[in-house]
Amino acid sequence: MSPGLVGIAIIDILLFTFLVVTAIAILRLRNLFGVVMLAGVFSLLSAALFVTLDAVDVAFTEAAVGAGISTVLMLGTIALTFREEKKPSHSALLPILVCAVAGAALIYGTRDMPAFGAPDTPVQTHVAPDYIARTPVETGVPNIVTAVLASYRGYDTLGETAVIFTAAIAVLLLLGASGKRRESKDSEGKE
Amino acid sequence: MAMLLAITAALFVAVLLVLIRLFAGPTLYDRVLAVNTFGTLTVLLLSALGFVTERPDFLDIAMLYALINFVSTIAILKFFRYRALGRATASGEDV
Repeated sequence: MSPGLVGIAIIDILLFTFLVVTAIAILRLRNLFGVVMLAGVFSLLSAALFVTLDAVDVAFTEAAVGAGISTVLMLGTIALTFREEKKPSHSALLPILVCAVAGAALIYGTRDMPAFGAPDTPVQTHVAPDYIARTPVETGVPNIVTAVLASYRGYDTLGETAVIFTAAIAVLLLLGASGKRRESKDSEGKE
Repeated sequence: MAMLLAITAALFVAVLLVLIRLFAGPTLYDRVLAVNTFGTLTVLLLSALGFVTERPDFLDIAMLYALINFVSTIAILKFFRYRALGRATASGEDV
């Protein structure tokens, strides 16, 4: 292994260690505000892991949704409910067992997977060489991922954007309308 | 290589301290500050990673993380000032 890869491997191991530590801390903590903050940290740690795996776009999404929006949404939920978690009434033995069995099955499944970055996997040999060869000629976009998203799957991306735009407008209309009504009611009361 | 190891060690010691504060932190503001510091450390880690693997475009990602970190810290603090998200300005006076 080259020194760069060894360095990345060390960073990966440390990140995974912190991920496990954070998960255990989330389980142990009863203060829900602390849990929300720890969940944000968990998300940032996973985003850092995605970056070390070169999945930068996934890391973007994880950081924006996991650390940004979810934190705020969970805080909103805490404001409506309680700030302390109740003591669990049943034993945690069965859930731990289910998790252990599912995890063992997943790890067993990875034994069939090709080695990390192996060049002879179906991912690398199926359509990837075609895209690499044809993208500069057919689209003229310098980045192949961008070409796939915006050119080959252009209609798909357009549809996604339309859906998200509609959802955002609907949410803004609902939230904005209720806020304005309350404001006008307040000002009426003062008068 | 030695440089990467030194940077990684320093950053991860800092992360460990932040996690301890996040878990033990008696007050709410300790935890908010810990999360903010954690985001800054992630930015530093990404920048160092991009520098060592000679991919300067990681700096752009690090900058986006810094922005998200700033916005979410503001959101959390604003939330605790006003106790709600939708009607922040309307209920601000009577908190």
